[in-house]
Amino acid sequence: MKRRQALLTLGLLCAPGFLACAAAPAVSPALAPTVQGARPALPQGSIAVRAERLYTMAGPVIEDGIVWIEAGKIRAVGPAASVSLPEGISLLRAKVATPGLVDAHAVVGLAGWLNVDADKDELDGGGPVQPELRALDAYNAKEPLVQWVRSFGVTTVHTGHAPGALISGQTLIVKTRGDTVEQAVLEPTVMVTASLGDGARGGSGAPGSRAKAAAVLRQELHGAKSWMEQRERDAAKEPEEGKDAPPEPARDLRKEALVRVLKGELPLLLTAHRAHDLMTALRIAEEFPGLKLVLDGASEAPLVLDALVAAKVPVVVHPSMQRTGGEAASLSFTTAQLLLEAGVPVALQSGYEDYVPRTRVVLFEAAIAARHGLPFERALGLVTKDAAQLLGIFDRVGSLEVGKHGDVALYDGDPFEYTTHCTAVVIEGESFPGEQPKLVR
Amino acid sequence: MTIASALGSLCLALAASPQGAAPKDQTAPPAVTAFVGARILPIGAPAIERGVLLVEGGKVRAVGPVDGVAIPEGAGRVDLAGKVVMPGLVCTHSHVGEPWGADSSGPIQPEVSSWDSMDVTAASVHRARAGGLTTINAMPGSGHLISGQTAYLKLRLGRTVEELAYRDADGRFLGGLKMANGTNPQRESGPFPGTRAKSAALVRQRYLDAVAYRDKLAAAGDDTSKRPARDLGLEALVEAMAGTRIVHHHTHRADDIMTVLRLAEEFGFRVVLHHVSEGWAVAKEIAAAKVPCSIILIDAPGGKLEAAGLSYDTGAVLEKAGVRVAVHTDDFITDSRLFLRSAAFAVRGGMSREKALEAVTLAGAEMLDLADRVGSLAPGKDADFVVLDGDPLSVYTRVLETWVEGAKVFDLADPEDRLVAEGGPGAGDRRPGVSCCAAVAGWEAAR
Repeated sequence: MKRRQALLTLGLLCAPGFLACAAAPAVSPALAPTVQGARPALPQGSIAVRAERLYTMAGPVIEDGIVWIEAGKIRAVGPAASVSLPEGISLLRAKVATPGLVDAHAVVGLAGWLNVDADKDELDGGGPVQPELRALDAYNAKEPLVQWVRSFGVTTVHTGHAPGALISGQTLIVKTRGDTVEQAVLEPTVMVTASLGDGARGGSGAPGSRAKAAAVLRQELHGAKSWMEQRERDAAKEPEEGKDAPPEPARDLRKEALVRVLKGELPLLLTAHRAHDLMTALRIAEEFPGLKLVLDGASEAPLVLDALVAAKVPVVVHPSMQRTGGEAASLSFTTAQLLLEAGVPVALQSGYEDYVPRTRVVLFEAAIAARHGLPFERALGLVTKDAAQLLGIFDRVGSLEVGKHGDVALYDGDPFEYTTHCTAVVIEGESFPGEQPKLVR
Repeated sequence: MTIASALGSLCLALAASPQGAAPKDQTAPPAVTAFVGARILPIGAPAIERGVLLVEGGKVRAVGPVDGVAIPEGAGRVDLAGKVVMPGLVCTHSHVGEPWGADSSGPIQPEVSSWDSMDVTAASVHRARAGGLTTINAMPGSGHLISGQTAYLKLRLGRTVEELAYRDADGRFLGGLKMANGTNPQRESGPFPGTRAKSAALVRQRYLDAVAYRDKLAAAGDDTSKRPARDLGLEALVEAMAGTRIVHHHTHRADDIMTVLRLAEEFGFRVVLHHVSEGWAVAKEIAAAKVPCSIILIDAPGGKLEAAGLSYDTGAVLEKAGVRVAVHTDDFITDSRLFLRSAAFAVRGGMSREKALEAVTLAGAEMLDLADRVGSLAPGKDADFVVLDGDPLSVYTRVLETWVEGAKVFDLADPEDRLVAEGGPGAGDRRPGVSCCAAVAGWEAAR
């Protein structure tokens, strides 16, 4: 480990058996760390990345570009000739660098890699409607799969409760670092996850039919709405003269979470695949004017494209390589492209598997989208800029721009190529190793 | 022969025209077809920059550079300039078409066979063609110690498993035997094993039964009255010990791998190790036992306890140790349409390009005892090949066409085939030999 750190400081990263280190250009003398004389201490989280091709996602690709990160934030970005780095700064080199990847929907950190009772926390079987379950109380920052996805360049993950219940819980956004969720968290509460179709027909006391699932969902939302209105009326009442103020009403975590959904504070992230389930989702969302709907999965979206466009609903498309079958028998490698071209806001996800792989890697999913016709930068956008925009965090991550988080993924070639490697990852100025053949136990 | 299979044979004969579609006139297709101009990766021989693949009667007649192969007069000609041609891909471990075997009545059922389960019209089978696969080992699952006999299939267009079967000289179906150890065959209650030692004991006892059965058969000789009553399960095990039925053994953890080697040595069955997630830890032992490995590469390790040790460098480590390595899809675990991606990921983990390409062709053919027929493009072998638009290990490369025995079975330019290759509404429908039937219609019209 010490040796790896030393190599990182020199600006090279040599994963055993991977990239031929000899091919990496040497650090230029002007940029090499000085060894003699006092130098001003650099703030923690300061590092620079120099790449032969730098994709900022905020302008054209930069040939021989530099990203200078200071105290975790991007201080400068541009052609190497235009950025003068402070003496002594650590410099990482790469053939290609991109913004740290953003996974628009995962279960990693709740779903553990061993897939045994002890590490399965993505879905509680206690009931079909549990919007009060916080991802913050379940996310395991030390889960090995978090390290796994980071090693391929993923720095930000929107993760939480899995599809598989009518309403399964909440989500959060984390950076793929830290020993605790407190250290990792970027946004503590982001969306509430729901499912229609087969996913809604699971768990004890779950609805047994599509119509029942829709009715239960409607009823829950109406129940929360009435509860909210009653509380608003109670709060508006003047206390009667000579009497004490009425006691604070009892808290109800479930209703409180649904109220936040009704107000649009927490979008409803609804997983559905079949066209008729997607239409049911649109229908229910329309009945609750404040509710913000985000569709998830949506493999039959092409069949109801006009309705999706008209409803202006964003879609977190199924992983390109999600298994074909069941409700997703019409799954296509081209779903993301089709939606993008129709003007639907789209991002890609690693998704959810109950078996193997327990997590997918969004980099690989974007690669398959690129293979089937999306131009390189459009495909890269699905796991950087577009994902950050869809999640409402584009002010901080998703592109390499001055003032944003210093999150960078480094590669030894075209990031989408099967035989390329991620050589290092930077999160807010902190560097991490790139991919290794295996997770070390 | 059933009517369906008779019809199937007819379509196969007709589909052997270079276009693979209905003949447009009544002239017979040329006996010889030359595929000209592609970069050819014959496998087991150096790449040919601008090559000719000469096909006659469903077999490779010649392969070589354009200036080195004489194209006979009257030969059909297919221009493949700018394309890449390689042998049809061989997957040693596939579940397309649901070739399930044993039921829940017990952990050892060598008498059941994938032949009696497989649906060759399933969409998943055509997805395999779309991925460039031409030969598969269709297997039962790994939820039993012995889950049944496997089916070696040639992915001709056809509606019956009979049409797709690999057969021996006597016309018998060819296949292996699926076994598994580790956690998958374990259950909480009997008759399934609850531990690894119990698993090995159950297998050992059944093989001992098979040894006794074999000895009784040998002792009886030609005297039928002395032969034991036929036992279909023990017969399969006897074939395994005779080496005529290869054992395909699911195994992940290093200790489980060693148990397979121990049992194989004890009973002398020929075995291919499958998945081999921790093969990197016992590569020397595997090499010493001269046992080949068919490995899997998945997008993340884990998903179950025994696969936590999955490593992208397993192929590289085994290659360096001198082990013969194939890569498989385990479709539905990975998608057959992306089979070449698995070979590329083995290279990502350090395997040589040469061996990684062999891992999805010739090495797999060897592990199915079919290397005399398929796995490389050499004179006399079946004309099974894939046409690509670029480097087989690049993400941007697409499978343009798949050919089996000189007949086109997948064409990306065909809208129906493209639907299967990319997905979309209707892509999951069964495909009862659409191209095949078009050929039948053409044949009837020609009469």
